[in-house]
Amino acid sequence: MNFPTMSDEPSVAANGYLTGSTLERVLKAGHFAITAELGPPQSADGEVIRQKTALLQGLCDGVNITDNQTAIVRMSSIGAGTIVIQAGLEPIIQMTCRDRNRLAIQADLLGAYALGMRNLLCLTGDHQTFGNHPTAKNVHDIDSVQMVRMVTDMRDDCIFQCGDKFKGQEPRFFIGAAAAPFAEPTEFRPYRLAKKVKAGANFIQTQLVYDVPAFARYMEKVRELGLHEQTYILAGVGPLKSPGMARYMKNNVPGILVPDELIDRMSAASKPWAGKSKDELTPEDKKARSAAWKEEGIQICIELIQQLREIEGVAGVHVMAIEWESAVKPIVEGAGLYPRPEV
Amino acid sequence: MIIAEQKSLEEIKTLIGKAENILVVGCGTCVTVCFAGGAREAAIVASSLRMSTKLDGNGKNVTDVTVQRQCEWEYLDQITDRVADVDLVLSLGCGIGVQAIAEHFPNAWVVPGLNTSFMGMPSEQGVWDERCAACGDCILGLTGGICPIARCSKSLLNGPCGGSEEGHCEISPDVPCAWQLIYDRLSSVNKLDTLLEIQPPKNWRTARHGGPRQIIRPDLRLASEED
Repeated sequence: MNFPTMSDEPSVAANGYLTGSTLERVLKAGHFAITAELGPPQSADGEVIRQKTALLQGLCDGVNITDNQTAIVRMSSIGAGTIVIQAGLEPIIQMTCRDRNRLAIQADLLGAYALGMRNLLCLTGDHQTFGNHPTAKNVHDIDSVQMVRMVTDMRDDCIFQCGDKFKGQEPRFFIGAAAAPFAEPTEFRPYRLAKKVKAGANFIQTQLVYDVPAFARYMEKVRELGLHEQTYILAGVGPLKSPGMARYMKNNVPGILVPDELIDRMSAASKPWAGKSKDELTPEDKKARSAAWKEEGIQICIELIQQLREIEGVAGVHVMAIEWESAVKPIVEGAGLYPRPEV
Repeated sequence: MIIAEQKSLEEIKTLIGKAENILVVGCGTCVTVCFAGGAREAAIVASSLRMSTKLDGNGKNVTDVTVQRQCEWEYLDQITDRVADVDLVLSLGCGIGVQAIAEHFPNAWVVPGLNTSFMGMPSEQGVWDERCAACGDCILGLTGGICPIARCSKSLLNGPCGGSEEGHCEISPDVPCAWQLIYDRLSSVNKLDTLLEIQPPKNWRTARHGGPRQIIRPDLRLASEED
């Protein structure tokens, strides 16, 4: 099988690109970047990946392929990423420290590069107690900061983590890391971001942002540290599906702040059906209510993007429409970010 | 110290199987202090087994003895005759004690009555918490005396991860976030700048990952006859 590779692989020396991935080019050109997210199936069905890729085609500059997200076994990010490339989109490979030691991470990334992958997101990984194999042994040989440095050293100095030099093609990734601006201790979060930037992170994708003023305060500190000039920061956004989902995230997901105002807006969207118990609602009612919620969720997401765009140092957004890939199109179009720039 | 807890009587009875003459061996050190396998517990387990097997219609002959430390040969020597008299030893020592008995008495069949849990301490009456993972390369000097290897669910060296909320770990509201503790501690002693340093990947060879560990102190060894 012939896997497509980038025809005009830029060399750093010649044009200053680290990898030449679309995401890197878009960001370097100063465009407001969009990344999306694609969760691989809990099966070996490549068709699912092709269908989801089609929903995101032309709408983003790169698509995150999750790595056993929430510790549930799914098709591997590199396997799914290969199908995404064949289908014409550029993947951002997510790699967690939970499932692989330093040998496996390096080996898999050599393979990922050879298969045409150019963007990488280094993550600690959700604890396995959340997933479908809670009795598993976790790895955590290295952490996400150390992973960023390891892959930066592989790219820039052709050395493995052990210090050995290697010959031949180095894996040239546009290297990303995650940030959780609202996780605790919040006052340390900008500094932890600084560690990831110091380790070599070229871009950052944040946890979901719903509280824009709180995020603006975080960014103020980030700018004070000069981090926005050393890395590209993509704020995480995601459409709410229902008031229940908004409340769940507010109360149960660490590091996500959902202002009551947004929960109220979601509730207001279902006003025509308010006060009716589950049994009183016909299937048609439920369908119409869900559609009304989703419409409002998308509208809120669009407004969040517009507000985040105004914050100095925000280089783009990472749209997480988990198991709702079809929402990305109206969000990107509604935010006035379609079509994507040709770079 | 080593913290352990007793296996259920049901499991112990399964481990005992068809053995008729049983010696329950308690240990007078760590497992005494954590109320899992001292003289008192050994007597209670022995009596429970006698009663329970009697009720089952197959009363077994169960006696008990407790040594100061199951993990030292000289203390095990004291029970040589007792061990020779039975067809099964139920050790209420930690995993080290069980193995010491197996090694010291090649003809004896020994089974564990405890699950050895971790190295830790009683944080309050009746509550024990893990403190050390015996990684063999102590970094407590960097973290204000709070171990992220043993106490962070992901053993992060550059924490905290994004799962820290209201002082607890993402895995449970009952588990404190080690990195929040480290942050608070370094903050209180004005050493937060320590956290700005990137800690490199750990050398896990000194932990179990380099294979079974051994320490040899030539200065303490007894001279062999050849010397």
